[in-house]
Amino acid sequence: MSDHDELRTPVSLQGIAADDPHLAPAAHNPQIVERVIAVTFVLGLLLVAGFGACYWVNAKPWTLGATMGGGLTFLGIGLIAWGKYLMPRGPFVEERHELANSEDDRNALAAAIVERGGGVVKRRKMLAGLLGGGLGIFGVVAMFPLLRSLGPLPKGTLFSTDWKKGTYLVDITGRRVHQGDLAIGSIVTVYPAGLENTDRGQAVDQTVLIRISNENFTTQKGRETWGPAGYLAYSKLCTHLGCPVGLYEQELQLLVCPCHQSMFDVTNGAVPQFGPAPRPLPQLPLYIDADGYLRSQDGYDQPVGPGFWERGASLS
Amino acid sequence: MSSDVVNTKRAKRQTAGPYGKVGNAINELDERLGVAKGGRTFMDKIFPDHWSFMLGEIALYSFVVLVITGIFLTLYYIPSTDLVTYHGSYLPLDGQRVTEAFSSSVNLSFAVRGGLLMRQMHHWACDIFVGSIVVHMARIFFTGAFRKPRELNWTIGTTLLILAIVNGFLGYSLPDDLVSGTGIRIAYSIILSIPLVGSYLGFWVFGGNFPGTTVIPRFYILHVLIVPLIIIGLVGAHLFLLVRQKHTQFPGKGRTEKNVVGTPMFPVFMAKTTGFLFVVSGVIALLGAFAQINPIWQFGPYTASRISYAVQPDWYMGFLDGALRIWPSWSFHSFGYTIPFEVLIPAVLLPGLLFNIAYVWPAIERRFTKDNALHNLLDRPSDRPKHTAAGVATLALLGMLFIASSTDVIANFFRLPLNEVLWAMRILVIISPFVAYPITWKICKEVQALHGGGKRKTANVVTRTALGEYVATPAPKYVDDEHQELDATPVPRFIVEGDEPESSGVRVADR
Ligand code: HEM
Ligand code: FES
Repeated sequence: MSDHDELRTPVSLQGIAADDPHLAPAAHNPQIVERVIAVTFVLGLLLVAGFGACYWVNAKPWTLGATMGGGLTFLGIGLIAWGKYLMPRGPFVEERHELANSEDDRNALAAAIVERGGGVVKRRKMLAGLLGGGLGIFGVVAMFPLLRSLGPLPKGTLFSTDWKKGTYLVDITGRRVHQGDLAIGSIVTVYPAGLENTDRGQAVDQTVLIRISNENFTTQKGRETWGPAGYLAYSKLCTHLGCPVGLYEQELQLLVCPCHQSMFDVTNGAVPQFGPAPRPLPQLPLYIDADGYLRSQDGYDQPVGPGFWERGASLS
Repeated sequence: MSSDVVNTKRAKRQTAGPYGKVGNAINELDERLGVAKGGRTFMDKIFPDHWSFMLGEIALYSFVVLVITGIFLTLYYIPSTDLVTYHGSYLPLDGQRVTEAFSSSVNLSFAVRGGLLMRQMHHWACDIFVGSIVVHMARIFFTGAFRKPRELNWTIGTTLLILAIVNGFLGYSLPDDLVSGTGIRIAYSIILSIPLVGSYLGFWVFGGNFPGTTVIPRFYILHVLIVPLIIIGLVGAHLFLLVRQKHTQFPGKGRTEKNVVGTPMFPVFMAKTTGFLFVVSGVIALLGAFAQINPIWQFGPYTASRISYAVQPDWYMGFLDGALRIWPSWSFHSFGYTIPFEVLIPAVLLPGLLFNIAYVWPAIERRFTKDNALHNLLDRPSDRPKHTAAGVATLALLGMLFIASSTDVIANFFRLPLNEVLWAMRILVIISPFVAYPITWKICKEVQALHGGGKRKTANVVTRTALGEYVATPAPKYVDDEHQELDATPVPRFIVEGDEPESSGVRVADR
């Protein structure tokens, strides 16, 4: 074997001679490498010091990141180069010792568990059963308050909103919507009066009010009276995943959900035209009272928002 | 014993062995804990030199950055949904009623010195953390490093990926801004979609119907304590198993199933890896300095009835969002019950299936290859075409789902009808694995066929004899040519049990 070949052959570090060529640095020219590394270290050192200075004078945020990041990167590159070029070149080898033990050893362990331990349990089956039962019951009982206290039961919450017979439609500032308020083609988000600034009003009751004409508008059979003076109200909760259906395509008269682009036909009972939403947006029946204010004839006739197990097929 | 009489400095110096203070410290420690042998073995632990082994280190070091920057953030962030009137240094929001969570996050960005950098570094570190875990996992998969005896570490790694994604989502939600709030709303609806128990689970996680008041404090304690602790525990187990079972290595000169060739822990690997820690943190700091991420003050506070137009989750959630977009609106209603398949399948069953396949993959593969041997030498991906093709097909599927999460952006950018983009993505998602599989398989076969691919040709030396005859003799091989050890005979659909590699590191294949 030539010298070179020998160098490429990995050696073990256990009991290696101090002058073994594998322990020599990898660089052909260590002095030059050392100088280059020194330069990166100096740059790194200056930059991290600069980081301190920038912090001290409260300089712009980017200068903090630039000095710290640059400094760490230079120090890191220098250190990597030190390890790669100025430390023992290797390659070194380590033996892999088999992890598995002899069959006797395994049997000894198995015997301890099965015979010594198992025997103890087998002879006292009743005791083991009682202990196991006690712990099991404790587990179940402990789970119960833990889970149960996390939150209330859903009960009917998901089925109802706060829209009732005669509820005033108000905007986010609490102002009642009057017959003359919206021009044709305009849209506003409305809430049941008094709930405009509550979590529930915003998360559950939110409703879009659109005016699409001057005449009473029927969106579907059986809804002849629901759209007085061209005012239509739909739940704003997307039936896909409950994002607010916040975009109105005026020309196509589509309500669009920005989350996954479900599109609902405003003129036809908000039946989905496109996208993953499975159901139309529920429509809120409206009427205009003697003073010209918009109010709901009744609540929604079905749960609003995304689907869930108990929702019920008959309602959709 | 001499240690009984040593009590002056001078005497101590005199009794010091050839290794001075360090030697003394080791003596003291060893007498109590017996560290000498194990310590030396640890110093001599060998790390293979191959760039692909750095991927796990990136994950580890970005997690270090996450913990350090995260601790900084906890000092200023307030996990509360109580409403306050914002009067901070970001004027466009002045006077708005916002939650304390949101206002403290904005203050963290504008009023706390270094706060914006820490927030942006934390977010970038998170994206890099998840990304490097994914790439690390891919290298384990494609080189076959997950095979016996390392199946347990594959399982731990898969769990770590899930936890990283979950913790990223939780953290993303904390500032309570318009974009992340919409994400929480979607998560709630996904929980609702689970048959039978969905509404109960939803109410228990959120402490009532959405939005409830407990979700921010709950997400906070999960995000800063519970999930990180589990991650730290599992990372510890991951590294312990790594040391116990030792690294895998690629075949090559002097490398066998029974050894590891490379650089020793001390000092070479220690220097390189510490340097690498600095570089990873440095790059994250540079990203935090120059690449804006999650400008919550532009999104504004979360209000359930408002929505921003750029609803986009962090990148690692993209595949779920894409699946939700392209899955058709098939809902199931019957017997008075509803199963929202349009949500359940893409958002619950699909990720459930993917991660479960990942968990049992080592077992599946053992079943098909009937290969029950211990493997310490890695495969080149081309060695095992079917396996590699299956991995690439999965990545293609995930990549297409990821792209599908921007159907609207694509439609706007190329001025195409949204419907066409949607259908194109549906088709691409379905066919991409079936296209990727045979192509990858074919490429692997081609690479195998390149006999001695990557191997240097040996020259012929032509000499003229005394008689004027020309004789061509093959020149000696390059002595430092590592590739010469890699015989390029196509390897194995599977490797026969009990087969030992030859000392050169070349495996015996049964075709
Ligand atoms: C397991 C790894 C972790 C991941 C993937 C992760 C991810 C995230 C993400 C994406 C954010 C949103 C950041 C923003 O743009 O505001 C965040 C915020 C936060 N994280 Fe982490 N994080 C991790 C670990 C930690 C740890 C260990 C701590 C503390 C001990 C922590 C404390 C925080 C805090 C307090 C916030 C809120 C900051 C704000 O609102 O601006 N995180 N995290
Ligand atoms: S939430 Fe509206 S389309 Fe998905």
